[in-house]
Parts: sequence; C-alpha cells; structure tokens
Amino acid sequence: MALDFNFLVGGEAGQGVQSVSFVLSKIMMRGGYNVYSDQDFESRIRGGHSFSRVRVSNKPVAALSEKIDVLLALNEETIDLHRKEMKDGAVAIFDGESIKKDFGDGETFLNVPLVRLATEAAQNRLMSNTAAIGAAVGLVDFDFNLLAGMLREQFTRHGSEVAEGNVKAAQAGYDYARQHCPEKFTRRIKPIGNGDNRLLLTGHEAVALGAMAAGCKFVSGYPMTPTTSILEYIAGQSKSFNIPVIQAEDEISAMCMVVGAGYAGVRAMTATSGGGFCLMVEGLSLAGMTETPCVVVLGQRPGPAIGLPTRTEQGELWFALHAGHGEFPRAVLAPANVEDAFWKTVKAFNLAEKYQTPAIILTDHDLANSYLSVPRFDLAQVKIDRGQLLSDEEVSKLTEYKRHLFTDSGISPRALPLQGKVLVATDSDEHNEEGHIIEDAETRKRMMLKRMRKQEGMKSEIDKPIIHRKRGAKAVLVGWGSTYGAIKEAQELLGKEGVAVNVLHLNEIWPFPDKAVASMIEDSVKSVVIESNATGQLARLIRTETGIKATGTILKFDGRPFSAEYIIDELKDVL
Amino acid sequence: MTMTSAKVTIEDYAAASEIAWCPGCGDFGILRAVKKALVELQLEPHRVLMVSGIGQSGKLPHYTKSNMFNSLHGRALPPAIGAKLVNPELTVMVFSGDGDAYGEGGNHFINAMNRNIDMTYIVHNNQVYGLTKGQASPTSDLGFTTRLNPEGAWVPLRPLALAVACDCSFVARSFAGDLEHLSKMVQAGITHKGFALIEVLQPCPSWNRVNTFKWYSERVYKLDGDKSYNPADRTAAFNKALEWGERIPIGLIYKKDRPLFEEYTGAFGKEPLVKQKLDPMQFESLLDEFK
Repeated sequence: MALDFNFLVGGEAGQGVQSVSFVLSKIMMRGGYNVYSDQDFESRIRGGHSFSRVRVSNKPVAALSEKIDVLLALNEETIDLHRKEMKDGAVAIFDGESIKKDFGDGETFLNVPLVRLATEAAQNRLMSNTAAIGAAVGLVDFDFNLLAGMLREQFTRHGSEVAEGNVKAAQAGYDYARQHCPEKFTRRIKPIGNGDNRLLLTGHEAVALGAMAAGCKFVSGYPMTPTTSILEYIAGQSKSFNIPVIQAEDEISAMCMVVGAGYAGVRAMTATSGGGFCLMVEGLSLAGMTETPCVVVLGQRPGPAIGLPTRTEQGELWFALHAGHGEFPRAVLAPANVEDAFWKTVKAFNLAEKYQTPAIILTDHDLANSYLSVPRFDLAQVKIDRGQLLSDEEVSKLTEYKRHLFTDSGISPRALPLQGKVLVATDSDEHNEEGHIIEDAETRKRMMLKRMRKQEGMKSEIDKPIIHRKRGAKAVLVGWGSTYGAIKEAQELLGKEGVAVNVLHLNEIWPFPDKAVASMIEDSVKSVVIESNATGQLARLIRTETGIKATGTILKFDGRPFSAEYIIDELKDVL
Repeated sequence: MTMTSAKVTIEDYAAASEIAWCPGCGDFGILRAVKKALVELQLEPHRVLMVSGIGQSGKLPHYTKSNMFNSLHGRALPPAIGAKLVNPELTVMVFSGDGDAYGEGGNHFINAMNRNIDMTYIVHNNQVYGLTKGQASPTSDLGFTTRLNPEGAWVPLRPLALAVACDCSFVARSFAGDLEHLSKMVQAGITHKGFALIEVLQPCPSWNRVNTFKWYSERVYKLDGDKSYNPADRTAAFNKALEWGERIPIGLIYKKDRPLFEEYTGAFGKEPLVKQKLDPMQFESLLDEFK
C-alpha cells in the first residue's frame, strides 16, 4: 500500500519549529521511510510565522506536498493559516490550555494539553515541544522507541536528567494522543524497516560534505543566507580535517583569497548568495584569466537587491553564466536534489582543476535548507582527478616552466610555487606563456583561443540531462536544478490521470548540452519550461543555444518552492 | 625562509620582462632595493612569491624573477593571503600603489593589518594615479589639481596613522631615492614575523610635478638612530605617523609583537595545506552523524 503522509509543524520563529520537524523527519527515516521536509521561515529571529512540512512515504519523495494529514500547531496562527490545507479527516494537534479558542470540531482539532503534560511528566514546561512530537507520533501509532532513542541522542549532552525528562514528556504526549485519537482518524505509520545506510541531510550539508570529500583544503567566505550553512558546517570540522574556513572582510576578498589558494595549489571554495556573488565576479574573472581552479557555490534567493532573504528562486542562471568581465570558460552545475548536490560538488572540483578555471554550483534556498533522506554516499566512488597537475618528480626535472604553455587542449601542465625550483608566474593582464604582461595582438589572440579551447574539452565531460520518458507523451516538462523532485512527481501524478508527459531536467548546464536538449524538445509537440523566475531564463538559454523556442513556460517567483500540485494546476492552462 | 649554501646574486633577480616604467620613475629605486634586500637575505627566487595589484607598482614582479601573481586593482592582498595560508613556506611580498592599497583595496588593507599574517606589504606612494594618467589619490596633498580634480584634491588620508590604529605589527616608511635605507627596511619587513607595512615615497616624474624627488629629499628625515623615539610606544607612533609637510619621517614608525593569525587556530595542521594528502575515505565518520 502506498503511504504518502504529510505533517506540518508551525509556530513563531524561536518556538522550535525546525527542531520538532527535524526529530520527526529523522525518526521516520529510521522507521524505514523516505522523508522530505522543507523549511519556510521569515527573515527574523523571533516572532512571525515559520513552518515545516515533513513528508513521509514508502515511495521515493523529493518534493513538498501541500495537503496535510497532521497539523502540529505550536501557536494559534498556524491553525488559521494552514487549516485550509488539511486533507479530509486530517487532525490538528494544539494545546487548548495555551490556545484558548474553540475550533468547534473536536474530531479535527485535537486539544492535547502539551504544557500541562510536560509539566506533570517532567516538571518542565519547556519540554512541551517534545510532548507535541510525542502526540504526533502517538496519533499515527508509530514506534515510540524510535522517538525515545532519538531524544536520548539529542539531549544526553545536556545530562541524562534532561534526556530522560524529554523522553517522559514525549511519552505523555504519545499516550494522550493514542487515548484521545479521533475515531475517524485511522491513518497509521508503522515502521517498515530501518534507516541503515541512509542519511538525512540538507542540500547544503551535502555540498559541504561533497567539498570535503573532493579534497577542498581552503574555504573563504562572508556570511549570507542561504550559504552560511556550508561555511559553518565545514568550519565545525576545520580542526579535525585541516580545512580552514576564513571569514573574509567581504566577498571580494573571499573570492580572491580562494584564487590565491588555488594558485598556490590547493582545492579551494567559496559560497555565497546573489548579493555576495555580485562582489565576487571580478575575482571570478581573475580566476578565468590566471587559469586558476576554484569552486563557487551560488545559493540563489529572490532578488533583486536584498529581495526575500529566506525564500527561494532560480533567478541567477544567466548571472552565473556571464558573471565576470571578459570571456573565459567555466562550468555551471545545478544539483537536482540533495543526493545530486554531493556528487555535483565533487564533479565541480574535478572540472575546475582539470580545466584550470572556475566551476559554479548553482543551488537555491529550497535545496539548501530542505532535508531529504538519501542512500549513504559511497565515498569509495569519490574520484579526485587533479588533471594536469605535475608531480614533484616531474617538476624537479624541469629547467624552465611556462605556466600558460600553448597546448592543443588549451590546458597547460600546472606546477605550483615552491613545488620545485621553477618559477610559477601568472597575471590578470593578458600575458605570454611565461605569465608575463604583453600587449601584442598575436599573443593576445592565441592566448584567448587557448583558454577558450578548454571549454570544448569540458563540454565533453558534461553529462546528458536527466530524461524520463512516458509512452505516448506529446509534451515534455523541462526544468533545471532543485525543481526536479516536484516536476518528476507531477509527471507521475499526471500519468495516473492518463496524461503522459516526458521530463527533461538539466543539472549540468554549462557547457550547455545542446544536442541532447534539442533532440528531446524536437521530439515533443509541446515543451513547457518550468522554473522559479520571472523571465524564463532556461527557456531563453535553450532558445539561444539550440534555436528552439519552448511552447510554454510555468514561472514562479513568489519566493515559495514548486510542488507537483502547483505544476499540474498551471499545466492545465499550458498543455 | 631558508638559507642555502648556493650564493644568491643580483643576477638571479634579473628582469623577466622589458621594463615599461617612465624614465626617472621612483619605482626603479624600489625595484633595486627589493632585489638588494633579497640578495642580502640570500633568498632564492623560487622561495619568494610576489603578489601585486594594478598600477605602475603592480608591474614590479614582472621586472625581476620570482613566483608571481599579478592580481586585480585593489586586490593584491587577498590572493597573497590565500597563497600564504596554504603554503606558509613561501616568503610572500605584496606590492601596491597608493590607489591600489588605500583606495580600491582599503577594506583589505585594514583587515590584513588586523589579521597579522606573515608577509611584507610594500606600498609605492607617489600621491597620484599614474597608470590612468594623473588623477588625485587618497594621499594627494590638499589642493593637488588634476583634470579630474580641477578644484584640487580633498584632505589626504594618513595611512600610516590608520596602520598604527589597526595595531599593524610593523609600520615603516622609506624613500625610493634612498637605496640603502629602503633596502634595510625591506629586509626588516621580510624578517619581521607578521604583517609588515612599508610605505615608500616614490616620485612620479610624469604626473606629480609637486611631490618631486627634490620635494621629498628636502623633507625626509630618518628615525633610525634617534634614541628619543621608541617605535613600541603606540601613542608616539600615532603622532609620528601623522607628521607630514615640512618634515616627513622615514624609518620604523611602529612595531609590536603580535600573535600570527595562522598560528591562532589548529585548522591548518602541521604540514602546509598544499602538501596534505587528500583522502575521501577519512570522512566516513562524518556521514555517521547524518544517520
């Protein structure tokens, strides 16, 4: 039997919405389920409205779902805002002793005295959130031991008394909900396995792990939502693995430090959002000109300017493609989901170093912050390819060295400063093979062609887009980056309604896989490009690179992520 | 820094490119002094990394031999910091002009002094933008007129006072027309453990007809040997750094032993980062935290 269950936890910022959601997500994964949970919060530290949906399924899930089975309301506003999203027969759990409002229907609005239960069970009213988790878990008759184990893991560092207090509060909520479960509410979530060999993490945790596994040895950045989480995660591991994270004075400095570290010979990365990336673009151009490998994570959020700092958008595709003065080769990868974020990050480091040029990883706020349960990353599959980096022995045999040697591939074998006795010189001015400043037209032309030749080699390494075909499909849904889960799910739901559509999804965008994209779109009567921006940036890119104009677009730029339901609604006007 | 038995000579630091500075440029004096300092310290060119920004100062590394990274305008310090942190065995020297260091690169300048990473920062101060053909710089004197500043430049910045305020661990000034003095300052900067700022008064014969070789020569006086001046006294140093006009002090203005940024945390490990082995499997334990 298919199980697709959706919890929504809501409250004010500072009330603990994220930690309640995290505990629920984790125990559901440990019960053998696939989990996807998104985070919707305002750009503030206290107050406002935050919520998180925890979607649990025995089928793969990779996107949010809008309809709710259990609403866990930590404040009254949560009920007001989300009751319309409740499915028939869904239940809202609230503390009627804190939220003194009569919602009338006791079957739908289940009053669980969370504060009183926590106080009675554990003598601590602050544990009412734990009682709430217990109530939610009890309502669906899930295995309490999984919750108890998780709480002990979480709270033992605060002392066993705190840990056991939380277990007691959870038990009180669990028992109460089971005893008072509305008769009509019959949905149950029984463990179907264990979470062994699975991980629950966010897109940016996956990027951080990917970077570390890929051998990143230097990070510099300036805090900015939504990529601060990458800097913070690696900073927390800095001492254990010798990966310094330098908080720079600004993004210009962060980017240029990374270029300096790359020149000196380590794999280096920075992470920012659009506003910070604006400051980084001159450094990106510097990396292009000096042929220095570097990786930049551009976590998109809605702009222009400060925009909506804690919301999502895909408005910087063309910015990533063209950022920097002048022309130089680059790779632009846009992970499709959390798992992909890990592997694309590894690939970005390899492309950057093999082609001695910048690689940009385009994520967004939704991918950055949403949790997904994924198969454990097989680190043995992480291949570090340092390209034409000369060995110490090779360098020791050199009597002279040309950092920017003309070659057929455009790639010049790379020596590092102090690797041997040869000198490594490079310049942001146009330069000769030795790396020294020039003005003559012939050298300029040859050097430009040499650099741009690298783009051709890189293109041969770009994977084909993700393609899902359905028999008899006349239309293709086209997307890029984090919207993959929602688009794929829309395809499946449409299939159940008897509407067959194909999916073409780009997670490696530049160098552009023009042939694969063109043939897929040409095969279809209709093509609908679905993206989180106002101008249809991928649709425009496809037209530029293939000459093909998509027949329609679904554009969303309200700062909220796509769901399959939303896509299907909008498709009715387009298909 | 590593001393070696093979003797380093001035020939080892011969020009790598044809020199494009104007005849009479103060940069020639700086180049000579830098080479002389490196030879006297017996540092081999491959142990040295010269990083520069953009301006006439930025070309200096092209006119000698060493590892070299010529960066963007105002961005000499950040790549130098990145390179030094991943390979501390490099002797890092950074070259900027007054516009590059104090204008475009102001934020990096302030924060680099505060960070105190072991490198030598030589700022060619000719009080004018030369490469862009004569505009006022952050250090142009009040009233200095150019085509872009027809009413005359506004009040100049006093970068060395800013350096003392930032507790820069080594603050010195020298003069491009005094080879011996400048070379000694550069040597002291290189051997100093920490961030050493050396501002060099540098006549620009093409675009600054006010602050000429003669103008500087008549005004500079040496602090070295002055028993009454103590470069460890921050208040005295601040006052000295503000002195400008009829008399301009050169020499060591401020010095303080401060901990190095790179020694503050354990994030760098024992070996230089650039030599550390890369092993994806070492992160297995981190994955467990997400189970």
